[in-house]
Amino acid sequence: MKVRFLAAGDRALVVEFGDRIDRALSAEVLRLHASLRSSGLVETVPSFRSLMVHYDPLVTTGTALEHAISILLDREPGSRSTGTLWRVPVCYDGEFAPDLAEVGRLTGLSPGEVVALHSATRYHIYMLGFLPGFPYMGDLPARLALPRRADPRVRVPTGSIAIATTLTAIYPYESPGGWHLIGATPIRLFDPERAQPALFTPGDAVQCEPVDAVAFASIKTAVDNGSYQIASEPIAG
Amino acid sequence: MTAALKVLAPGLHTTVQDLGRPGYQAIGVPVSGALDGFSLRLANALVGNFSGSPALEILLSGPTLEVAADTVRVALAGTGASLEIGAEKPRVIGAGQSLTLPRGEVFQIVPGEQSACCYLAAEGGIAVPLVLGSASTYVRAAIGGIEGRALRRGDVVPLGVACASARAELRLPSPPPPAGEHPIRVVLGPQQEYFTAEAVATLLGSEFRVSPAADRMGMRLDGPPLRHRHGWDIVSDAIATGAIQVPGSGQPILLLADHQTTGGYPKIATVVSADLPVVGRRRPGDALRFVAITVETAEALCRDAERRLVELVAALEAVPQRNGIDLGSLYGGNLISGVVSGFE
Repeated sequence: MKVRFLAAGDRALVVEFGDRIDRALSAEVLRLHASLRSSGLVETVPSFRSLMVHYDPLVTTGTALEHAISILLDREPGSRSTGTLWRVPVCYDGEFAPDLAEVGRLTGLSPGEVVALHSATRYHIYMLGFLPGFPYMGDLPARLALPRRADPRVRVPTGSIAIATTLTAIYPYESPGGWHLIGATPIRLFDPERAQPALFTPGDAVQCEPVDAVAFASIKTAVDNGSYQIASEPIAG
Repeated sequence: MTAALKVLAPGLHTTVQDLGRPGYQAIGVPVSGALDGFSLRLANALVGNFSGSPALEILLSGPTLEVAADTVRVALAGTGASLEIGAEKPRVIGAGQSLTLPRGEVFQIVPGEQSACCYLAAEGGIAVPLVLGSASTYVRAAIGGIEGRALRRGDVVPLGVACASARAELRLPSPPPPAGEHPIRVVLGPQQEYFTAEAVATLLGSEFRVSPAADRMGMRLDGPPLRHRHGWDIVSDAIATGAIQVPGSGQPILLLADHQTTGGYPKIATVVSADLPVVGRRRPGDALRFVAITVETAEALCRDAERRLVELVAALEAVPQRNGIDLGSLYGGNLISGVVSGFE
């Protein structure tokens, strides 16, 4: 496996597998993320096409880590990683989908076709970033690919389902944002009190399951009182 | 009764910070922690705490606090910062020494003119619940510290111990040397190839100023624009603290403790860890210059900085007692309350 090592100061090293958003590159990134163990290693952070390796220069050096990583990458790949498929309830109706009509207009599809395409695809979680628990998922069906909004919103509501470029995402917190909002989910993506604070892990998969506003409200009530259990199943990576 | 500091006035942006919460960046949680980890650790050493105990980080303007504990031992660290104790004719105690204050005492923290931040440590630490292993406040996701936010008037900051222990106060043997005006050291990359050779030369040959748009996430730098070679959109990747990212405007942003874990702008260089506390102290309007060094040199500087801190802590000396009576030890040892309570 040919990789590039890039220094990010004296406490982090980037292992770059390529320069594009690509499932095969993502698999390599996530495999190294799962398998790298070394003294002085603080944590590893996967992104679309590279892995950032944070280290403690009081314990190890960037050169020593490069060496350890090169040896690991030269070995035969081990067993493929596994993940979880999450079935995420999404309401694509009315107030939950402020940009659905515009997305339809820009793509030449009816709102119903946009929803059908978005909810028929199983998405790979490439990485979490931007906000705690925020998943970057792909790839969108090509017909839904749009640039970001020219005019970013100051306030995107918690739980918004958004699309931009070849990706889709869910906002775990209210925040500013420039993606197109086509639905919302009542599930809680991040909770620091949970044993696993982020619901998703990079490498997991997500399938959106359309629900109406009534079902959204009842799921939200169950989420708020702690009785909701999201549907999930194991997948082979 | 719970031991605490009552917040009479909060200051501009006072938060509970420790050395941060590494280990959760893969799920999008920034490390956070003190902007100036060196001063946080020094303040903790002065009150006898573990190095990374939670303390108050004070930015630009300081809070006024009231002691709501039998006694509390506190120390301030930060260039030029001081404590003003008492409302009328306040006693002024400089940074770099511990002192013990009795219940009801009111004190104000006055940051120095030369530094954006200073740290108030209290013996036993600030006793807020840990979130993901850390007390550090991360305002954007409302986690850590006091309800995940900066202090407000009326807040009660809980302390780890009910009264100061019976021992001498500690101080730095001499005032810390004035902050040198050496350029900030960087390692080029990880994306310097996205920039023209002139942009790299401009970064290393020009003076930049911290713009007013500076917070715990990062500081925008005013100066000559840094031009990209081709485009300024990269496939988002992870970000290291100290990274200098350059959006389309060409105006660099130096990313600090609360920076997002990932981002889509190229990073021309990364400030070395030994100089992160120096950068954290810079105020809006302050000048910055950069010089490039190798990773190996930066790693050696990190080890040197650690050794210097250990030596500084080892050299702390006891404050001579006035009139042979150390009121701190007296209060701390609970002798006064023991005598007057009459239970023996």
